[in-house]
Amino acid sequence: MSHWIAACDVDDIEQEDVLRFDHAGRTYAIYRAPDDQFYATAGTCTHEKVHLADGLVMDHIIECPKHNGRFDYRSGKALGAPVCVNLQTYPVKLEAGRVWIALADA
Amino acid sequence: MNHSAPIIIVGAGHAGGRAALALREQGYAGPLLLIGDEPHLPYERPALSKQLLLDSQPAAACHIGSAEQYLTLAIERLAGVRVAAIQPQSRRIRLHDGRELDYQQLLLATGGRARQASLPGADLAGVQLLRTLDDAAALRPRLQAGQRLVVVGGGFIGLEVAASARQLGCAVTVLEAGDRLAARALPPLISAKLLALHHSRGVEVRLGCQIAAFRGDGSVNAVELADGELLACDTVLVGIGIQPNTELAAAAGLAVGNGIRVDARLRTSDAHIYAVGDACEFPCPVSGQPQRLETWRNAEEQGRHVARSLLGAADAYAALPWFWSDQFDHSLQLAGQLQAAANCVTRALPDDGLLLFYLDAAERLQGACGWGAGNSIARDIKLAELLIRSGKPLPTAALADPASSLKSLLKGVASV
Repeated sequence: MSHWIAACDVDDIEQEDVLRFDHAGRTYAIYRAPDDQFYATAGTCTHEKVHLADGLVMDHIIECPKHNGRFDYRSGKALGAPVCVNLQTYPVKLEAGRVWIALADA
Repeated sequence: MNHSAPIIIVGAGHAGGRAALALREQGYAGPLLLIGDEPHLPYERPALSKQLLLDSQPAAACHIGSAEQYLTLAIERLAGVRVAAIQPQSRRIRLHDGRELDYQQLLLATGGRARQASLPGADLAGVQLLRTLDDAAALRPRLQAGQRLVVVGGGFIGLEVAASARQLGCAVTVLEAGDRLAARALPPLISAKLLALHHSRGVEVRLGCQIAAFRGDGSVNAVELADGELLACDTVLVGIGIQPNTELAAAAGLAVGNGIRVDARLRTSDAHIYAVGDACEFPCPVSGQPQRLETWRNAEEQGRHVARSLLGAADAYAALPWFWSDQFDHSLQLAGQLQAAANCVTRALPDDGLLLFYLDAAERLQGACGWGAGNSIARDIKLAELLIRSGKPLPTAALADPASSLKSLLKGVASV
């Protein structure tokens, strides 16, 4: 089972950008793609524990602020060395001007 | 020619380990042997001066690939084994124990070793170097709260260890012979930021400082300065750079300058021998001048590139130089080249952050350096890299303006 959590306002994130969201001791990254679709992944790189929200979003790719780790944030897929472990992704919905992500119940 | 002989990689550090894995990714299915003189799996070094000291992070977190992975990929590993000689004519290496092994092609990823200070008392217990996982494991228990650490050398290793030790509660003094910190790599403005940060966190930094000797009875207990002053301490960390391991190559008659000389494909003066990483001197893609880099990206990218070269690819290694350093809760990053620039544009950022853009006479970006809290400048430096690659003239007023987005500059450039 999962539950929906409001992560931020739609307007908090610019197009082709990313925002950090911390909740219940964990950290997430919320993305707004160039086509205005929203996505959510785990907030830290799978290579080292670095916050992805400090990284650069280009099209549908987030690049870790350290090293060269790149992920497709829509699927979480790791796009080659040094990252080989995919990012966890989370369902996203927009409601009442807010971005909601679905987190698994503890 | 012995086609059944393996590709042999000498040196199982970052570049060597990455090259081995990349050879398999590139489809090389033949025999592959990775020889290293350390007992460990290949590993990345950045955490040695930081997470490994601060968080007692397990060594495994630094490993490149796992033992199972090397086994599955049929990458044979000889760990804790030294290579004594290369015989290029017979394409054979001799190991320290006398064994001889034929190679089809050879990759030298021999790295470097930390320089020891040539001072009286350098052999005292407690005078530490930091280059390997074992060095970090030996240093960690010495950095207990209340211990006194003297760091010799105000470069990146010294400053990162100073920051870690301070955060662990040590009393830390950094001694630097030059007139500013990390002068070889950084612009003066960034050196000044580093100095201010270390001062504000209680690190004593002495510039223009000459050391006479390490004093102690078996174990170091003081550093004696040239003017006779004694600085009491429990541990000394010597961080005065590395010496590239070029001796094997030189003894085999390969061309060696300030590193093992390679061409743009990373091939040495011998057609069957390549070299990568800290030990190699390669032509700068911009100037053509030989350069040697001691960075994470250089090891990573050259390791990957040489795998393709070994398999016949003709393209030149052209990765942009890039490195970072994390100290306390701040980080700096540098991309490209600063030396040849005609003009420097400064952009002040919130919270005392700073971006420096280095342009040539035609206002094309050559290099960029950023400083700020956390990873706040990472995105801008990544965009600067893309702007450097674009090779287009840039408006300096926009570069200087914190309100002007580098991404829109890039997109403007792309659409020109």
